[in-house]
Amino acid sequence: MTPPRGFRERLCLMDAARLDRTLSRMAAEICERHPDTARLLLVGVHTRGVPLAERLAARLPARPVVGSLDITLYRDDLTTIAPHPLTRGTAIPVAIDGRVVIVVDDVLFTGRTVRAALDELVDFGRPARIELAVLCDRGHRELPIRADYVGETVTTAREEIVEVRLSAQDGEESVWLLEPGPAPVAPPQPAPAPELPKAPQLVVHRPAAGKAPVKKAPAAKKAARPARPAARKKTAPRRKR
Amino acid sequence: MSAPFPHRHLLGIEPLAAEHIVALLDTAETMREVLGRPIKKVPTLRGRSVVNLFYEASTRTRSSFEMAERVLSADSLSIATATSSVQKGETLLDTAKNLEAMNPDMIIMRHGSSGAPHFLARHCKASIVNAGDGAHEHPTQALLDALTLRQKKGRIEGLKVAIVGDVVHSRVARSNALLLTKLGARPILCGPPPLLPIGVEQYAPVTTRIDEAIEGADAIMMLRLQRERMSGAFLPSTREYHTLYGLTVERVKKAKPDVIILHPGPMNRGVEIASEVADGPYSVILDQVTNGVAVRMAVLYLLLGGGGGEA
Repeated sequence: MTPPRGFRERLCLMDAARLDRTLSRMAAEICERHPDTARLLLVGVHTRGVPLAERLAARLPARPVVGSLDITLYRDDLTTIAPHPLTRGTAIPVAIDGRVVIVVDDVLFTGRTVRAALDELVDFGRPARIELAVLCDRGHRELPIRADYVGETVTTAREEIVEVRLSAQDGEESVWLLEPGPAPVAPPQPAPAPELPKAPQLVVHRPAAGKAPVKKAPAAKKAARPARPAARKKTAPRRKR
Repeated sequence: MSAPFPHRHLLGIEPLAAEHIVALLDTAETMREVLGRPIKKVPTLRGRSVVNLFYEASTRTRSSFEMAERVLSADSLSIATATSSVQKGETLLDTAKNLEAMNPDMIIMRHGSSGAPHFLARHCKASIVNAGDGAHEHPTQALLDALTLRQKKGRIEGLKVAIVGDVVHSRVARSNALLLTKLGARPILCGPPPLLPIGVEQYAPVTTRIDEAIEGADAIMMLRLQRERMSGAFLPSTREYHTLYGLTVERVKKAKPDVIILHPGPMNRGVEIASEVADGPYSVILDQVTNGVAVRMAVLYLLLGGGGGEA
């Protein structure tokens, strides 16, 4: 899976094995707090929360009820985003009154998705308790919201992206930290170097002999220079610090 | 990446691409779930204002638009022209300009003249939804019929759909024929010669024999005989019409055994459709009404999303 345009991979936060262990640990924590797991309702938030809820459910001793939540109709930015995103549908298969509901999502960021999910859930009834399970908490909350079960807490810059990739949707199992910037261009670097000396040879044949000494002169100057800038570089960073 | 729904107005089925029709139907499917909740209200269109401007009588279309607006939390205002300044001779443009001054986000309009919503779209900043213009188009009806077909049959592509009755006066027939063709179904139009307009073959194949239209059909759409629009001698009598073109239990047997029967309403029982058929097991007329609200919610949601493109 390639990162969205304008972003590149910075760090792999979880590989397949670690993701698997993390989900098992989260399931164990849920089970510890709610031994009667068959009574639970796990609600995955579209898109990545839905398969994560399924996986957590599969790891619990007694399978809970699993639902899905599309918070699109409850977003607080519908007046500012155009076009409106397509809706994918909510499915809450049981009455939620009096139940313990665990909302499952991949990444906890601003908390606005969770706010929308809470509003939507409340429209289905009055649960006994609502808890939140996220695979990754990356900080930068804009609302007073916290998770009850966290797979991993990561320190991120606000403009970075945490991308959860799951095999069914993305063909791989991993969690990546993406940073803004062009895709890395490693291969083109050696390519332009040999082209440079070739170019003048191809353009003109005879004046090449005349130009050659002119070229050599600046090359020699450059070779002589490096000692001084190197000395400057060493002092410059020290001043800044 | 192109926008999932790049239109700002819904003036007809004609300007829509097949993928945009599918996006509307998929969205409507998710809206049906909202209608089944204990609290049938979502805050999606809070603070948006919608004007329902109906120059012609309507029960189903107007009430389902109003219901859709309420479920999505939009603020709505319904103007019945019988009690408005239209009776005092105000022109359509003046009415539109005055409504525009109130700065609505959307105007839903039904009008007796074909092209009236297009006229409004040229003069107003608001999104315009055509809720039926003359004998031209009725896009939301065609969409809800398509949604009903898709739910009952699991697909639209390849279905044989007979559209029977008063084709000449029917905007529903035109929108449906266009939509079904775009989605790969095989619509066939049927009616007595005086009720088949010249040039209608451009929309779908035409026949004057109802048995031929119904033969092997997956769905039958009955059209209302619009007697209020018939000033001349279109038909000798409604009784003769029923004998030759009415949908009776006997005739339904010629279609596929799992045929479904649609009617946009209001029905003339004993004229275009026999009561036993209208109330029969293959009738999906009431499913159409439920789907009508869901489709109109989808239209409100996607159009007010401001896709940015032109109609």
